[in-house]
This record gives sequence, structure tokens and C-alpha cells, in this order.
Amino acid sequence: MSAFAGLLRKEWLHILRDRRTLLVVIFMPILQVVLFGYAIRTDVSAIRLAIVDPSPDASTIELRSRFGATDAFRIVSVLPNAGTLDRLFASGAVQEAVVFDADFANRLARGLPARILIVADASEPNSGSAMESYALGVIQGYERDIAVKGGAVRIIPEARMRFNPTRASSNLFVPGLIAFVLTIISALMTAISLTREKETGTMEILLVSPLRPIQIIVGKVLAYLVIGFVSVLLVVAEARLIFAVPLRGSLLLLLAEGVLFILTSLSLGILISSRTSSQRVAMIGALAGTMLPTILLSGFIFPIESMPWPLRFISNIVPAKWFVLIARGIMLKGVGLEYLWPQTLILFAMTIVLVAAATRSFRVRLA
Amino acid sequence: MTASPNEAVEARELTRRFGSFTAVDHITFDVHVGEVFGFLGANGAGKTTAIRILTGLLSPTSGTARVAGHDVYTESEWIKRRIGYMSQKFSLYEDLTVAENIRLYGGIYDLSRDTIRERMASMLERLGLAHAARTQVRALPLGWRQKLAFSVALLHEPSIVFLDEPTSGVDPITRRQFWELIYESAARGTTVFVTTHYMDEAEYCDRISIMVAGRIEALGTPAELKQQFGVATIDELFVRLARPTAGAAG
Repeated sequence: MSAFAGLLRKEWLHILRDRRTLLVVIFMPILQVVLFGYAIRTDVSAIRLAIVDPSPDASTIELRSRFGATDAFRIVSVLPNAGTLDRLFASGAVQEAVVFDADFANRLARGLPARILIVADASEPNSGSAMESYALGVIQGYERDIAVKGGAVRIIPEARMRFNPTRASSNLFVPGLIAFVLTIISALMTAISLTREKETGTMEILLVSPLRPIQIIVGKVLAYLVIGFVSVLLVVAEARLIFAVPLRGSLLLLLAEGVLFILTSLSLGILISSRTSSQRVAMIGALAGTMLPTILLSGFIFPIESMPWPLRFISNIVPAKWFVLIARGIMLKGVGLEYLWPQTLILFAMTIVLVAAATRSFRVRLA
Repeated sequence: MTASPNEAVEARELTRRFGSFTAVDHITFDVHVGEVFGFLGANGAGKTTAIRILTGLLSPTSGTARVAGHDVYTESEWIKRRIGYMSQKFSLYEDLTVAENIRLYGGIYDLSRDTIRERMASMLERLGLAHAARTQVRALPLGWRQKLAFSVALLHEPSIVFLDEPTSGVDPITRRQFWELIYESAARGTTVFVTTHYMDEAEYCDRISIMVAGRIEALGTPAELKQQFGVATIDELFVRLARPTAGAAG
């Protein structure tokens, strides 16, 4: 039995014998797709809508019925004035209100700009802006129809939702989820498994043996590379089957970029383990150093564009940000390397630097 | 490269600094082939650093050292094939079975399948562990694990084996049994380099050295040292060297 084959075998035995961790690693990605897909979706439906219509008229009634016709809204009350709105908002009975001006119909008929006030409960900012844009969509649709019928010609602002016209948030979260899962499996598991060998003293035994450091590292990470790869396949397959998330670009390219990102995370894991000597510290290090940035700063859940500039700046050094951009490009836009080469190049450069640093940190004898 | 060296370890003015702190300070000593050499010292005296240099885990700052006839600077790959090592911490994989551990280490040292099988059978026979080959190591009592770890460190028949506090935390009976194993392997010609905190164990060694603050303050057979320093036990000598003011009063 060659020394290296023995190492690989041993690593698989470690993983297979640690049933609980194995179950977590397999089921966590599957469960997370479901969680993010159903529970943590950011698109809203059946918004509880109040309409304030002081002077009902053909045009306001037409608009009201348009609001009522879409699944996005459920009209819970129609009021003659805005007096009770505050109370309705405060109690949560109403999430959004559309308030017509008293002379709305009048001005519209004379071709003057008519005003509608949209009020949305923005205590949850994401759904707040989503509700606002739904309402705008209904109003703009009405404006467009008047224009077609030969009414006053207006400049209609256009806000089309490209690439995700249904605004299905599941489409957006899957690329981020892949990054998240790979970070956990590659960085966290590698860091823990390497520090475990330090803690138990087996690492020293390996280091004084004729094995080369590179063999020890590769033997260690190869197993996690395979598991990471399988997780990507699982997440993509599940997202397609359950949520019909599109994969418009090349699956091969996505998997290749996935392997690149796994390497990035693995080297981060090795780096973390080289700075720590206990599994607990390694775990905290991996959580703070890789998982939090992946969740918060990769654009996975929170859009990077809406962050203040220091955070936008920092997000550039988070590898997951680049992987999320790449994965979204491939899955949702269907583009290939001709558009994604800059991001790929950045991720590639990061990986080279991290692998070099990780290998260096491991050459303990030169310390 | 000496094919069959006269000394298992030759250290000359061996020094290792960490920044401004000198962990090992110009130590010079020999370990003869086939002897049991006790490497004593209080915590922080520099024992572990010295062992790490000799086993190739750390490079020296200055001085020279040869282990099994090979230079620690240029021939560490050779040294690694000739030495066995058992660390302070427990050094087998607890989630692997006894047989899996033995096969893994055999493979790491490039032993053939047949050799591994033969040596495993005779080792388990000798330790009385034949029934436990398929047991995960975590299920064995600590004493057994330690004996097993020692035997695994000898699996590739190294010319010298380094034991870093091998008996810390085991009961007196197991310690005695462990030392019987040490004598057995010395009788078969393996040089044993052992660090310990137990001064009664120091008396079992052929020769000992005592390290204080990075320097070797005493070196010789236990009997020689007791005579030289005029003390009754190694324990007394150790305390006097480690706390020189207390010794000066007497």
C-alpha cells in the first residue's frame, strides 16, 4: 500500500466514521435549499392593501380593480380619507396604502399631472421596496393603457426586471447558497480536521514521517474537494427540480468555477488551521473569517450596491463575492467566460495567493 | 554519510533562538547506539525544542547535530526514515481500529503488505492485543493505547526512537510495564531517547542529561551524577539544579 493511498483511505475512514458530521454535511445543503426557497424568500405576495379614494370616479375605480386583480395585492379596506391609516399601519392590518388625491380624476381628465401617494410599511426594507415597485407597476400599466387609447401622451418610466422577470428570489439565492455550502464544507471542515490532528498529536507523527508536507495537505483536502463537488451537484439538481431555477449557461463551466472556489476555500481553511491549535478556535476562526463574509458581503442575501462604500470596498476581497457573480452569470444570464473572465481571473489570482500562503504556513520545519 | 554511526545522536553547540529568547543554548551531547538515554528538564527548559530539532520538525539556529549518522540540516529526509517518534500527546487515530492504525503507519514508512501483516501479528501477539485488532483505538484503556503507540513507533524498525513524555498520565503499574517495553526494544538494539518528568524513571536510564534554561547542566550515568553532585537521588539533584539558590544553601 503506497503511503499516499493510505492517507487518502484514512481520511475517508475519518469522514465515514463521524456519522453526525457526515449527515450534517449531506443534509445541510439539501435542507438549506428548501429553507431559502420557501421560508426566507424576499418576494412578497398578497400584500394587505388599503385604498384611500376621497372622490370615487371611473378612473380611480378602474385603478382599484387593477390592484384587486393581481395576486400581489389583497385589498383589505377602501377608505374615504387617510385619517385612520396610521392606526391600520401600526396594527399591521395594512402593509401598503394607495392614496388618491382628491382631484385625481379631475386633473387626469384635463391632462394635468395627477398625483397618487404610495405608502409602504418599510420596517422590513427589502419587502418595503418590493411592495412599492409592485404598486408602481400597476399604476404604470394603467398609464400605458390610456396612452394607447389615445389619451395624453406621457413619458413612462420603465423599470423592467431583467433576468429574473418573475422576481423569484429562489433564482437569486441558489448561486449564493452554493458559495455558502462550499465555504462551510471546504473552509470549516478542513480547518477543523487539520486542527484535530494537531490537538491529538497525530500531525506531529505525520510531520516526522517521510511524508512530504504537500502529500499531507493534499491527502487531507482531496476528500473535502470531492464532498464539496458532490454538494454543488446536489444543490443545483435540487434547485432545478423543486424551484425550477434556470441553468442557462454551461453546467461544465459552473462546475469548473465551483472547483476553483472550493480550492480557494480549502486554502483558507488550511491558513486558518495553521494559525490555531484547537478545534474550537479553528471553528470560530472559520465562522468569522469565511462564513460571515460569505453571508453578509458576497451579495448572497444583501445587495452590495446598497452598502456604504467601506463595506463595498471590503466586499472585493471576499472570494465568495466573485464566485456569486460568476455563478449568477452562468445560471441566470447564461453567459460564458467571454463575459466572466475578469471575475474568474480575480478568483484565480486569489486562489493562487491563498494556496501559496497556505503551503508556506504549513512548512513548519522552516519556522 | 556514515553507514553505521558510532553514536545515535551527536549534538555540538546546538542552538535554537525564537526572536530574543534562546530556547536551546549551545548544547553538546552524544547518545550511544543501543542505550536508553533520559533527557530530563523542567517544563520550559527546552527539551521539546531540542527533540523537535533532532526529529526534523524545527531547524536549528546554529551548531551541528547528526541523528543516526545523518546531518539535521541537509539529510532530514534520511533521518525521517531512520527514526521513530511518539509525541507527548497521544499519537494514534482514535476513530481508526488498531489494525487500521498499524496499516496506515506501515504504509507511510513504505513497508510492504506482507511485512506489515507479519509485524502486526507479532506485535499484537506480544502486547496481548490480538483480540482487539478490529477495535477502534478510542475503546482501549489509556495504558494499552500508549503501549500500542510505542509499538507503532517501532513498526518500521527505526535505529533510534524519540519518546516525548510517553508515560505522563498513566498509572504506576502501566508505567512499569511501559518501561519493560522500552528495555525490550533497547535489548533488540534500538536506541531510546526519552524525556520524562518522573525521576524514578530517570534511574532506569543508562545515561541521563538534565537541561536547565536551555543548557545541559548534568550529563552521565545516574550513579556517576549522584556521586559527582553528592546527592542520594536523581530527584534531589534535579531540584538542586532547577533551583540553584536552594542548592547553594546546603
